[in-house]
Formats: sequence, C-alpha cells, structure tokens
Amino acid sequence: MDLPFLVTQSLSGLASASSLFIISCGLTIVFGVTRIVNFAHGSFYMLGAYLAVSIVPRLLDLHYSLPMFLAGIVAAAVVVGLVGVVMEVVLLRRIYRAPELFQLLATFGVVLVIEDLVVTFWGPLDLMGARAPGMRGAVDILGNRFPVYQLFLIGTGVLVLALLWLLMHRTRYGVLVRAATQDREMVGALGVNQAILFTGTLFLGSFLAGLGGALQSPLIAANSHMDIAIIAEAFVVTVIGGMGSVPGAFLAALLIGQLQAFGILIVPKATLVLVFALMAVVLIVKPWGLLGRPEAPATRAAPEGIANLKPFGRVERIAAVLALGVALLLPVFGDAYLVKLGTEILIFALAAFSLNLLLGNGGIVSFGHAAYFGIGAYAAGLLAIRLGMAMLPALMLAPIVAGLFAALFGVFIVRLSGIYLAMLTLAFAQIAYAVAFQWVGLTGGDNGILGIWPPDWASGRTAYYYLVLVFAVAAIAALRHAIYAPFGATLRAARDSAVRADAIGIDVKLYRLAAFALAGAAAGLAGALYAFANGSIDPTLLAIPLSIDMLAMTLAGGIQTVIGPLVGAAAFHTAKDFFMPLTDYWRLLLGLAIIAMVLAAPQGLAGGWARLRSRFSGAPA
Amino acid sequence: MSLLMVEGLDKAFGGVIAARAVSFALEAGELLAVIGPNGAGKSTVFNIIGGQLRPDAGRVVLAGDTITGLAPRAVWRKGLGRTFQVAQTFISMSVTENVQMALMSWHGEAASLTASAAGLRRAEAIGLLGLVGMAEAADRPISALAYGDVKRVELAIALAGEPKLLLMDEPTAGMAPKERAALMQLVAGLARERKIGVLFTEHDMAAVFGHADRILVLMHGEVIASGPPDAVRRDPKVRDVYLGESGLAAANAAGTAP
Repeated sequence: MDLPFLVTQSLSGLASASSLFIISCGLTIVFGVTRIVNFAHGSFYMLGAYLAVSIVPRLLDLHYSLPMFLAGIVAAAVVVGLVGVVMEVVLLRRIYRAPELFQLLATFGVVLVIEDLVVTFWGPLDLMGARAPGMRGAVDILGNRFPVYQLFLIGTGVLVLALLWLLMHRTRYGVLVRAATQDREMVGALGVNQAILFTGTLFLGSFLAGLGGALQSPLIAANSHMDIAIIAEAFVVTVIGGMGSVPGAFLAALLIGQLQAFGILIVPKATLVLVFALMAVVLIVKPWGLLGRPEAPATRAAPEGIANLKPFGRVERIAAVLALGVALLLPVFGDAYLVKLGTEILIFALAAFSLNLLLGNGGIVSFGHAAYFGIGAYAAGLLAIRLGMAMLPALMLAPIVAGLFAALFGVFIVRLSGIYLAMLTLAFAQIAYAVAFQWVGLTGGDNGILGIWPPDWASGRTAYYYLVLVFAVAAIAALRHAIYAPFGATLRAARDSAVRADAIGIDVKLYRLAAFALAGAAAGLAGALYAFANGSIDPTLLAIPLSIDMLAMTLAGGIQTVIGPLVGAAAFHTAKDFFMPLTDYWRLLLGLAIIAMVLAAPQGLAGGWARLRSRFSGAPA
Repeated sequence: MSLLMVEGLDKAFGGVIAARAVSFALEAGELLAVIGPNGAGKSTVFNIIGGQLRPDAGRVVLAGDTITGLAPRAVWRKGLGRTFQVAQTFISMSVTENVQMALMSWHGEAASLTASAAGLRRAEAIGLLGLVGMAEAADRPISALAYGDVKRVELAIALAGEPKLLLMDEPTAGMAPKERAALMQLVAGLARERKIGVLFTEHDMAAVFGHADRILVLMHGEVIASGPPDAVRRDPKVRDVYLGESGLAAANAAGTAP
C-alpha cells in the first residue's frame, strides 16, 4: 500500500462522500424544517437518476457539449423538486402534527407508489445514463489514473455546500429555514407564511435528492432498488451528523466516504456493517449526532397506543372462541391453499402481536422489527442445516437467539427516544440485513439457504399448520398475559410518563429493554416457524419492506387495542396473498392504502371496533 | 438528627448559577416552604433532592442516608414521594390504576409476568384515594378529571411509597383558590398525623404563610432568609426582593386568618 494508492483511494472516498452529502443534506434540511423524516427522499434520488437517463441524451443529441449535459442534470433535479412540492401539498401538509410513526409510514407509502410507477414508465431493466462530454477520461495523480468525473463530483459537493451556506446565511429564506430548524413554534409566532416556507423546503430538499441521483446516472445504472439502498445510507449520514444540521451531514458524509474507501481494503465484505457500526458508536457517545441538538420530547395530551385496557367482554370472548374454532377446523373444510394461508397468517399474527407489545403497549416505535423475525428464521435454518439440529430444538433455540440479539441492540436503542430511536431500530435491522447479505459463507448471501424442511411427522401441510397453531396461539396468549400483567402495566406507565414512572421507583430503560428482548424473542419464534414453513431463508426476511408489512398489519388492526394486530395481520396478509398475483401494482396499491389509512383511519380496524363498543355502552369516548 | 439535611448545594448551568451553598434541614412532620422569584433556583434545589439533577457540590441526607446523585427511582426507595409542577400521571389509566401502579412498584411487583394487574393492590389504592378525598372517582379515567383532582391523585401516588418526605413542586398551581386551601390543609394534616416532612415551593403566598411551619427564601440561587412565617414576613430584605406590596398583603391575610 503505497502513498499514491492511498491518495487515489482517499479521493474516491471523497467522491462518494460528496454524492452522499448532496443527497443527505436535502433530507436533513427537510427534517429540520418539517420534523418529518422523509422515506421518499431515496425515491426522489432514484427519480433523479431515471429522469437524467431520459433527459440528458436528448439534450446531447441537440448539441453534444458539457453545458448541455449539465443542463440535463439540473433539469432532472428541478423536475424531482416539483414532485417534492406535489408531495408536500398533497400529503405532508396533512400530517405535520401526526405522530412520528404515521409520518414515517405515510412517506414510506410514497416510496412504494414511486417504485411501481418507475417500473411502469422505465421498465424493469437497469438503465445506464449518458456520460459527460469531456469528462470520460482519467487524469494522472501521483502515477495513478483517476477518473475526471469523480473529481467533478468532489467539486460539485463543495459547490453545493458553498451555495447552501450562501442560501442559509445570506437570504431571508435561509434565515427562516435555520430559525425553523431551531425552534418551530417561534417561526409560527413570527407570522411567517409557513406554507411557502415548507413547500419551498420540500422543493429544495427534493431538488438535492434528484441532483444526487442525476449525477450518479453516468456511474451507476438506474434501477428500481436504488431507493431503499440510498435512503438507509442517507439516514445514517443525517443521524451521525445530527438531524437538521447541514454541516453535520457534510462531516458525516466525509467520515463515511473515507470509512468505505479504506474499510473495503481491510474487511472487504463488511463495509455495510462498518458504516452502521460507526453510527451506533456515534449515537452512544453523542445520542443526538455529531452536530445535532437534543430534541425536546413531544408533549401530547394522550399517548398513542393501548389505552384503557379492559378484559374481554362477552362479545369479544365469543369472537375469540369462534376464531379459535375456525382456526382448529380450517384444515377440515379448507383446501391446501387455505391451510397454507392460515399457516402464514398465524405466523404473521404472532410477529405483529409482538411488535405491538413495543408499539402500542410500550410506545417504542420499532422500524426494524423484521430483524428479529429474520434472525429467528436464520437461527432456525442455520441450526437445522449447518448443525443438523432437529426441528423442535431449533424452534426452541431460535427465539432465544433472536431475544439475545434484541437485548444486545436494545441496550443502545432504549437510551434514545422519538425519531432517533426509530432510526436506530432501522439501522440495527440494516446491520442484520447486511450481515445476512454479505456473509455468504455462512448465510448463502443473496440466495439464502434452501432445504429447511420439517421432519416427516410434521411435514404435511396440515400437520405443520397445527404445529404452528400450537406455537403461535401459546406465544400470543403468553404475550397477551404479559400485557395484562403488572409488567405490561409498567410499560404503559413508562410510556405515559417516564418522569412519573421514574419517581415511583421504575427503571424505565430496563423495562423497555426487557420488552424489546421479549418482543424480539416472540418475533424470532415467528421467523423460525416461517423458515420451516417456507423451506428456505433469505435476506428479505430481515429487510425493511417486511418491517413495513408488520407495521402496516399492526396499524391496520389498530395499535390502541391488544387484539387489533391479529385482525390486522389476517386482513393484511389475506389481501396481499389475494391481490399480489392479480396485479403488477401491488406496491402501488399497498402504498396508497397505507397513505389512505394514515390520513383517514389512524385508529385501525380494531380501533374502530373499540370506538363503536364504547359508543354503544354509553361510556365517554 | 433531622429527617432531611441539605448541605452546601452548588449547581451551575453553563455560566448561570442556579444554586450556591444552599443548606437547610427539615424535621419529620414539618412543612417547609421554599419561595423566591422565578429563576431563584427553587426547581434546581428540588430536582437535586429528587434525583433529577446531580449537584456540582454538596450533599443531601434523607433519614441518615446520603442520597446525593441517586436516580429518582432510588430516591423513592429511600422514602421520598414527589409531585410535580405540572402533574405527572399515567394518562391512559384510570384513577385507581395510577395508584395501583405506584403500589405495585413499591411492593416489588411491577415486573411480574404472572399476576393480573387489574385487581392487584386495588383495595389499598382505594384506601389511599380515600385519604385524599378521591375514592369516589376511583374508576374514572384520570384524563377525565379536573386539574385540581389530578393533583390530589398525584398526592395519593406519592403516598403509595410510604414516604418519609414529600417533595411538592407548586402543589396548588393551576387550582382555584378554594381548592388550594383545601389541598394545603389536607397535606398539613397528613404530614402531622403520619410524621411526614413536606418540602414545597409555592407562588401562592396565602398557601405559604397559612400552612408552612418554616419558610426558606431563595434569590439568585442563595438562601437569603429562613425562619418561621412571622420572621420571614417582617424581614425587610424579603419584602424588597420578593414579596412586594401584594405578596405582603396576602402573607398578612394568611397570618391573621384563624
């Protein structure tokens, strides 16, 4: 490793840092002003790339020159900026005061919609953008060749930083943005036209995302998966830098760029893990990021989640018995398809129920619950395939492994609150995903592991269904009991008022950690059951989309109720199983449904039932 | 030995001194009021005693145990019950569930996964609610109560840990004048009957001079006067910096009231 090599390696680190900064600063500016973490920011990046692929060659046809190339890049970014404006006006405006969970989910709905639209317009194939005239070659740096375009990217990053600095410090708009980032209520008090401020900020943020994507188009083929990949990285940059801080984003992007450039030399297979590990370390030392400021805890009249816990009334008890009866008889009257569907519903019902122990009961917004589902699945699969363990011991051990990982991650997670906590759950889920994806020797990488089947006695569809029924119902009943036990009450107490809980002797973090481990273990059991039901494991079992599915199930059922997530899981999974084969637009429909749910019925299905029940029993709603 | 001994507390936030050499003692069954203008350091002193803040110097001794720097949950175990300036309760629960929660924690049952929380310690909780005159509201959601009643429930929560010392940050803030007098009488009665020391801050001079056994006056983080209500009322320094005309009138009215 000689000096020239280190220099070029460092320069390519700078180039990727520069791209990362351009994208992340848009995310952080939007968060600073609106306090919304925009999942769709990654989709805007992807849109920028696709638009550049379409626009730039047309302009180059008119006149093959560098200015035309640049004009195409900027035009793509402007279009993306306008898409951001539409999103602000149509969606975000209605949810500025909604709980973080709903905001995150709504913007994730946009992710799903844009993903399907992109595939519809541009097709499923990866598309390479046109290369920049005059920047196709390389220059000689200390004897090594270095691409000119990478140098151009470094320069662009610095230019964007400089322009943003001027905008923030030399214009009235910039002053307002900075003021809003520091104190939102104050800006309201100043009589600023918030609509224009917010819309303008969405334009700026989305423009930057689009610019980042467009600039990458000559280097990386545009594809419909680049949104999730980039948003995870952009989250990490903004969280490390401190949410809302542009200089923080710059600093964090530089750190990550160099970490990736040199990390790849030391541990070539673990760059993703390195990046997320950096984030975890930063958050332990500085919970609000390098240049961030502590977020004042939001004060809300009523907490989101399970309130007014009541034991089952007569109607609910009858419904529960009926449901259990249907579940028991399903293989008798149902065909193979129904039995398979029932198996999956039971598994996801357990997963969603365990998520609501955190969400509805503990007020802990976990955005990476699939991690523990996936860890359970991998633990079961690896124990069975690599160690030759029998199914039942594997099913017993997998939840313990998942619970231990949840406890390990939870130690860091429960130190935080609000949006930082949600981001950290997501980050740990991405670490788990990255390990499953990159550690090919153990996990089979992208392909996963095949051939995880139950032993003969449980291998029939019906036999396995009953096995899942026993495990899932037992686990759900146990979790439900925990919710009604003092442990569950203590979690709700800590959610309602951590200050009061602390003042009556409750160690809030310890209880949250215990809940996290318990929920992780239960999700792990669900994952292990899924592994043997499916016969295989792969990284999608730990990926963000599955976490979102679980959130959607829980929310569809209503996080205010204990049983809601079960109803939600059944409704969601049935709908998914029914509609997905029928349409090419499943994600689009799911995205729209999530958005509609957040806007129209944040109480979910079972929440609506609870409201009906209280209306008819005459109790105050 | 006094129930509570506070010795030489110092606390600064950046360059702002919030407490400087604050020392005082409090006996069992005694009501000690801490008064002073906004920013005098009342809340700082309270939060240091309650464990929410760690002092730069000094120590706090409760019933012979040094509790300086202990977490609030540990201070509660040592016998300190606390109410807050803005009442802190479990908003999703009923009145009695709020008190049951505190009782479960006190009896070490909060972590139980096997019991059912609904009926646990319910009779005891209703007993405590009876003490503060809220037994009838036991099954109402706490979110449906008037603010004055919430403060009473908060007192019942604080009493669940059989406290030796009650720390009450503006116990009557946000209450109607009539409710205030009733609450202060209730607290004074409980304190004397159960030998509980009460340390409270208050902006309502009628409550302070009408019920406190002793008063401590803070100014810029320092104790500028302390003593029985009459002495404090007559202290010219206190008149100048804090009481003023209207405060004095209220203090006098409270002092001459039967």
